[in-house]
Amino acid sequence: MEIILALGIGVLAGSGVWLLLRPRTFQVIIGLTLLSYAVNLFILAMGRLRTGAPAILAAGRSGEPAHYADPLPQALILTAIVISFATTALFLVVLLAARGLTGTDHVDGAERES
Amino acid sequence: MSNATLLIGLTALPFAGSLVAAFLPANARNIEAWLAGAVALAGLIITATCYSSVTAGGIVRYEAQWLPTLGLNFILRMDGFAWLFSVLVTGIGFLVVLYARYYMSPEDPVPRFFSFLLAFMGAMLGIVLSGNLIQLVFFWELTSLFSFLLIGYWHHNAAARDGARMALTITAAGGLCLFAGVLVLGYIVGSYDLDAVLASGDLIRSHSLYLPALILILLGALTKSAQFPFHFWLPQAMVAPTPVSAYLHSATLVKAGVFLLARLWPALAGTDAWLWIVGMSGLVTFVLGAYLAIFQQDLKGLLAYSTISHLGLITLLLGLDTPLATLAGIFHIINHATFKASLFMAAGIIDHETGTRDIRRLSGLYRFMPITATLAMVAAAAMAGVPLLNGFLSKEMFFAETIQIHGGSIMDDMLPYIATLATMFSVVYSLRFIHGAFFGPPAVDLPRVPHEPPHWMRFPVEFLVLACLVVGIIPGLTVGPALETAAYAVLSPALPQYNLAVWHGFTWPLLMSVIALVGGALLYRLLQRYLLSGVEGAPLLRHLKSQRIFDRVLVTISWRWAGSLKNLLGTRRLQVQLRLLVGTTLIAALWPLYGHWLAVDHAASLALDPAFALLWTVGITCAVGAAYLAKYHRLAALILVGGAGLVTSITFVWLSAPDLALTQLLVEIVTTMLILLGLRWLPKRIEAIDSGPHAKARTRRLGDLTLALLAGSGLAVLAYAVMTRPAPQSISRFFLERAYTEGGGTNVVNVILVDFRGFDTLGEITVLGIVALAVYALLRRFRPAPDSIDIPEQQRLQNARDAAAHPLRSTGATVTDYLAIPALIMQAIYPFIGLLAVFLLIRGHDLPGGGFVAGITMTVALLLLYMAGGIRWVEARLRVRPVRWIAMGLLLAAGTGVGAWLFCYPFLTSYAAHAELPVIGRAPLASALLFDLGVFVLVVGAMALILLALAHQSIRSHRAPSTKAALASVTTEEK
Repeated sequence: MEIILALGIGVLAGSGVWLLLRPRTFQVIIGLTLLSYAVNLFILAMGRLRTGAPAILAAGRSGEPAHYADPLPQALILTAIVISFATTALFLVVLLAARGLTGTDHVDGAERES
Repeated sequence: MSNATLLIGLTALPFAGSLVAAFLPANARNIEAWLAGAVALAGLIITATCYSSVTAGGIVRYEAQWLPTLGLNFILRMDGFAWLFSVLVTGIGFLVVLYARYYMSPEDPVPRFFSFLLAFMGAMLGIVLSGNLIQLVFFWELTSLFSFLLIGYWHHNAAARDGARMALTITAAGGLCLFAGVLVLGYIVGSYDLDAVLASGDLIRSHSLYLPALILILLGALTKSAQFPFHFWLPQAMVAPTPVSAYLHSATLVKAGVFLLARLWPALAGTDAWLWIVGMSGLVTFVLGAYLAIFQQDLKGLLAYSTISHLGLITLLLGLDTPLATLAGIFHIINHATFKASLFMAAGIIDHETGTRDIRRLSGLYRFMPITATLAMVAAAAMAGVPLLNGFLSKEMFFAETIQIHGGSIMDDMLPYIATLATMFSVVYSLRFIHGAFFGPPAVDLPRVPHEPPHWMRFPVEFLVLACLVVGIIPGLTVGPALETAAYAVLSPALPQYNLAVWHGFTWPLLMSVIALVGGALLYRLLQRYLLSGVEGAPLLRHLKSQRIFDRVLVTISWRWAGSLKNLLGTRRLQVQLRLLVGTTLIAALWPLYGHWLAVDHAASLALDPAFALLWTVGITCAVGAAYLAKYHRLAALILVGGAGLVTSITFVWLSAPDLALTQLLVEIVTTMLILLGLRWLPKRIEAIDSGPHAKARTRRLGDLTLALLAGSGLAVLAYAVMTRPAPQSISRFFLERAYTEGGGTNVVNVILVDFRGFDTLGEITVLGIVALAVYALLRRFRPAPDSIDIPEQQRLQNARDAAAHPLRSTGATVTDYLAIPALIMQAIYPFIGLLAVFLLIRGHDLPGGGFVAGITMTVALLLLYMAGGIRWVEARLRVRPVRWIAMGLLLAAGTGVGAWLFCYPFLTSYAAHAELPVIGRAPLASALLFDLGVFVLVVGAMALILLALAHQSIRSHRAPSTKAALASVTTEEK
């Protein structure tokens, strides 16, 4: 399991970084999305993998960490998911505005001369 | 009321007054003046009440905890010296307010003036009363800021802006040095408490860091007090309204520097470094200022240089490093404040009544304004050190000190001569001020016909001149006790023997005074022809313009050097920046591995599930496919990213994180919609047309690929290494144990978000709201590129088909027909999705769900409605006000937090209970639910605002300048 998830994280991150370094704004936005999946899964992995562990407490009792999934990375990721949506939205609009103003979708607002 | 409480009032009152003054109507000159005057007077009365507590070394102290972990307390502390300054600040402040009431013209926006003036007064009182050095620096910088605003009050005037900026640059830079110096001082002493610092003078002086601390602190004090070589900002600040000059340059701003020198005298003085730096700076300023003052053509310019010179004198006295000289310095602080304030006011009256301050144009004003002239003469005589006036007394003490000191160096022997010479200069410029303005033939062609000012405008001058006289004649009875109180606070326990008498018999100092007075008069006679020739600037130093040097230095540092540094190290190209960023991150992450190897422990692995492997085969294919296709096949890449997101979401379910899976899934939907809406505005990019990559581009790609592979494999190895080792003890236990018992919810993740870390969530939704507003604002001015303005190709084809198929078929019918059944279903399920959102919201505390998920669900419902009916159809039937929802959500969430205050709990403390509700059954009823409701409303508002603003672009008619041309070219292409 671990090796597969690690591989998945690696490929997501690698594809994300590759796209991040591309010259077209759309590539960058897709790259950021992929990178955020990788990072979210990485944060989850920091709490170790648990399959089939309850995420909800048995009613009326305080929980023992050994019996439950780690809530801490989950809370962090929940925030990260929403914020990455906000980042994507802002970036998309900036991208569109820049495209409208400069006439190009190159990340620098101008095509490279060479 | 205790004296300590009075101190809080004294400091807070001006700031409160400033706030009130700012909101009064623009023409309320009288109310403003009454308000400001009342504040200053109240301050003066409070100060007066405290007098009995500060005599003979008494200290009034108020202390409140500020940052106890850092040993920092907010301390207000009034001793005799602070008391004296407090009297000057409030007393002269009151007179200045009265004067300003008549000086400011009805056209000036007075609320700004009085508001800044009061705030400045508060900041000055803050410096004076600070019992903590950090706090002192804070108020110090506040005075720099407010003096900047006051000097630049007439900001339509370029000179005012320049002068204000220069004053701010110099004094605030000095303030930063002071801050650094204070930190060093605090490090030496181990406390920032002023009492502790003053008590450890020996420790400070013997410490190895003494010299850096001293130099840094002196940089602060000397810049503020306009001492050589930082004196040049003060004359430039004369563009301020005259009441400001009268206040800032007599009793307050520039005195803050010498205040600090005297304040820290017990802690820092007594070394050669102090003697040389402070003494020399003071001496040079004293002489140079007096010399330059003689040749000024502007009345206020003359006073400005004389202020510099007198501050130099005070600095010199403090630098001489004997108790008696320090006492003389304190005495001169009082005297200078009184006569200089009155002279500035007199100069202002002349300017106000004649319309000019140029000595070359002024003449013979005595005839028109005899009372003002007489008052100015007395004040100028005090400045020149004429007997029976206060300036004479402190100058005598200074002369006596110059003779007393005999260290054996040439400087000590020269000092009496230099002192006499500089005093001679001060006699010359005093004479020039009086003679130039008030005597001689009556002035011709003045902008206005001069006359006496209104009585209350002259009153402050009268009062101050009377003070000069009374102090000059009977010093022991008037200023004596106050001076003793102030000096005792600085010099205790050993107050030197001194005698505040007018007549000491025939002594050396008296002879020096006589020489200075007679010599000055003769010198003025000799210089008169030269002065009348009307040349700007002083002989010998005419070409040395400090302002120009300052400007040049500033341009060199902040423009040329900064520019070349930017060119050398910076780039505007994003790709280069990102490459650097990724590369640096990679190196930083690999650094700890240097010399070790990452140990991988296989013990704690889970059994491999083939289904999971299959899932990730899909996920990996999606990610690689998206990376490959993103350039030429955007839609395909977007779908593949959606696939990768889905795999991530399923992984969350697999790994016991249902909340995440739910949120990821919904956000995935919304993100896809968002990018779909954006795709329409991007340029076409067709693979066949693009020429193949250049050799250079190929190398770049190879480099990027290597970087991407390294980053990906690095993260994979790291993740694997972490996952396979046992988990350390984390704070998760805390949350798991208390989620139900203290947070009242069984969904631990949700309880963390809305309760334990509610403040973070509040910050997060605020960010979301801000982003939504930013998106909205950006799109309001959105101009698409010319080639995207026309309706998209697909739509054109559809329209053409609609037109060709049947004469009765309307345009757009294809789309309507195509979506007819789904649209019906979408409209029908809208309320049910809404219900689902409410369900998710309510159960969120105990089961997977919560405000975020519910909010996104609701947004999806709304979007379905839009997709089914179109924008116009929906907005004709539904009031969609996302901006209001954002505001309501934020208010609700923050309001829930504030609500805790009502029950005397800290911000965002939540209350939890369960209630039996009819129909629904047992439901959690925590106040956190209310908070979550706020999150819900805000998320709906923010997401809807972002998506709808983008969607609206499609039905907006865009009028770019080149629209027509673009349209024309498109039509010709079609043909």
